Amino acid sequence: MATASVATHDAAYDHHDHEHHDNFVTKYIFSTDHKMIAKQYLVSGIFWAVIGGFLSILFRLQLGFPDLNLEFLRPLLGGWIDEAGKLDPTFYLALVTMHGTIMVFFVLTAGLSGTFSNFLIPLQIGARDMASGFMNMLSYWMFFVSGVIMFISLFIKTGPAGGGWVVYPPLSALEQAIPGSGLGMTLWLVAMTFFIASSLLGGINYITTVINLRTKGMSFSRLPLTIWAFFLTAVIGLLSFPVLFSAALLLVFDRSFGTSFYLSDIYIGGEALPNTGGSPVLYQHLFWFLGHPEVYIVLLPALGITSEVIATNSRKPIFGYKAMIISMLGITILSFIVWAHHMFVSGMNPFLGSIFMFLTLIIAVPSAVKVFNYLTTLWRGNLIFTPAMLFSIGLVSFFISGGLTGIFLGNSAIDIQLHDTYFVVAHFHLVMGSASFFGMLAGVYHWFPKMFGRMMDARLGYVHFWLTFVGVYMVFFPMHYIGIAGFPRRYYSWTNFEFSNMYTDLNMFVSAAAIITFASQFIFVFNFFYSMYRGRKATQNPWRSNTLEWTTPVNPGHGNWPGEIPTVYRWPYDYSKPGAAEDFIPQTVPLSATPESNLPHEQEQVKLEMEIMKEESEVLAANGSNH
Amino acid sequence: MMEKELQYVDMVEQPIAMHPKKFALWLFMVTVVMIFAALTSAYIVRQAEGNWLDYELPEIFWVTSGIVVLSSACLQWAYYSAKRDNLAQLRIGMVAAVVLGIAFLVGQWYSWVALVDREVFFVGNPAGSFLYVFTGLHAAHLISGVIFLIIVLISTFRYKVHSQSMTTMEMATTYWHFLGGLWIYLFMFLLLNH
Repeated sequence: MATASVATHDAAYDHHDHEHHDNFVTKYIFSTDHKMIAKQYLVSGIFWAVIGGFLSILFRLQLGFPDLNLEFLRPLLGGWIDEAGKLDPTFYLALVTMHGTIMVFFVLTAGLSGTFSNFLIPLQIGARDMASGFMNMLSYWMFFVSGVIMFISLFIKTGPAGGGWVVYPPLSALEQAIPGSGLGMTLWLVAMTFFIASSLLGGINYITTVINLRTKGMSFSRLPLTIWAFFLTAVIGLLSFPVLFSAALLLVFDRSFGTSFYLSDIYIGGEALPNTGGSPVLYQHLFWFLGHPEVYIVLLPALGITSEVIATNSRKPIFGYKAMIISMLGITILSFIVWAHHMFVSGMNPFLGSIFMFLTLIIAVPSAVKVFNYLTTLWRGNLIFTPAMLFSIGLVSFFISGGLTGIFLGNSAIDIQLHDTYFVVAHFHLVMGSASFFGMLAGVYHWFPKMFGRMMDARLGYVHFWLTFVGVYMVFFPMHYIGIAGFPRRYYSWTNFEFSNMYTDLNMFVSAAAIITFASQFIFVFNFFYSMYRGRKATQNPWRSNTLEWTTPVNPGHGNWPGEIPTVYRWPYDYSKPGAAEDFIPQTVPLSATPESNLPHEQEQVKLEMEIMKEESEVLAANGSNH
Repeated sequence: MMEKELQYVDMVEQPIAMHPKKFALWLFMVTVVMIFAALTSAYIVRQAEGNWLDYELPEIFWVTSGIVVLSSACLQWAYYSAKRDNLAQLRIGMVAAVVLGIAFLVGQWYSWVALVDREVFFVGNPAGSFLYVFTGLHAAHLISGVIFLIIVLISTFRYKVHSQSMTTMEMATTYWHFLGGLWIYLFMFLLLNH
């Protein structure tokens, strides 16, 4: 009923709309519409996730089955499989490097933030589009160029970059160090430069849009937590990516122009290099000044999406809305002053180490507040287990189990033992990798109807969830033990170490679980593309949600709302409000329309609201007579 | 109730705190600040580790700093002229700002010549390399500023900048003052820390 009357109502305002005649190129390729750009980011993200995941399967084969004959991969990898059917060790390093780079930057930064910030910011704050559609388009195409360059680097003769995703000099700065420090490294740096430009263009747009283009009534205290998360993510990106740019710039000078910012007193093959006076630790400081906030660039959007999905599907207001915002702000600020906990063993002053340890452990506080609020929102809710809800709960689970190990790693004394072992790998794959990935999947399942006007298949979603959820724990839980036992990261093989024999089976188990988990992602890929064309048609508000995007037509066109942009009268979490007829009250419903459910202080606001609405209708009438 | 729910109130042009493009410019300047904050802190961290080449800063920096301040002053004068719709003064001020901007760039080039004269090269001790990076990266941004000014200058000849249409002029002025200020910061930083 609501849909029908909205349509007739909007017909009266048709003269506000511009006529749009899009051809294929302006609609699907060089689009400036935030929804299309979001879909471009999403499809690119899925593409990169498949590539990044596949690379991890390749090196998991080597780690889990060191004696396996990989001859069957020769058609794909060619010369990277040697005569004995073994994976080339330098290519192994490149695989690890590219897996990290692709997953952190291309999937969980561009794919996650790029998709959902673009898609949801205008829709949830009530804006026609981003502040600058052109900059938004430029941002996507910079990302695209960056991706093309990175993709090409996979196929060059010396292989892609091989110095780890952190590309520490001197390894990454000297072409003669390993094959992966040659052309592959150059392409990596060029690709990342484009990526930084893309992120900054996107971030500037997100911040500007959130601050300047909110609809009437959408105060910061009524913003959905998704928008808060995207906003703070963009702020973090804006402050940290330029620092990575500086770090990369100096690295480029060292690599290609012979300067010595990071290089000093190096001998290669018995010959001294001319470089003198540089400091490799300087790079680590600059890199981790981005690198640590990057963790939250990846994680915060996922947490925001989770807040929204859990509240909607618990049919309860989010517990501690303000506490959620404050803890996100806390995380944002703290993320900039903990970077050196990645460098405890770099020879830094132990006193400085204990300061960074102290600051690091403080992050446990806002993180615990968030977890507590998720659990209390779920507590006694009328839970609806949609796939999105399951993935959100999965995120909370990973956030807890991965977060707990962070307390160990943040301790500078324990870190001496655990640094650069599989314990670290297990920790960040759970708390940052899998958690963010689950947030992204939750977002796709939840907003798919808004993106494509159709529903994803829920049963396939359940299968996908359980295989992935169990799979992720099967992969990463055993890694803690391997790490505590002392297995270092990035090693091609441990068969030379006696102690490693007793863990051979465990590594094999991890690899098998990884293959199953990766394979089950194709259920999602199938579901995604199949549902795009064949899925059940979506209704306007399939999850009975409160936020503004569900007041748009099923397939929103340019400008999102066919008529006027709706005004917002309440916060987005009025679920199961006592006295209300329905268990949700959208943000567009005025308080004056719901006297039965208003709280005492809201009843007082009704009078004010009525006055404003009266003034508005006068203006509306005046405008109407002008036409 | 349903009727009330559908009461879409007219959006009488949402009052915007700041022009979105101006706001975006400020955010861009934040990223530039972060780049130079990173580089100057890297300079301090590196300097603290020793093995640091000491050399005299080129004296021409005093001249170029004067030029950049003068250029900002000219632009500010042009800005006020535009506000008063005095288009002739506006053009004179802008041309002066652009010429002084280019003079600044030439001066910065001569600072590199001066560095080479005292055998401080881009390749060598990071103490020298940092100076080249600071000045080079700043000059790159300043070139973007000059281009921006020239674009605005052209639009003044098309009568597109006047008291009723000041957005691009305001943005150009803000950016130019920022770049000038950035140089003064870098120069002060170098004076204190070299």
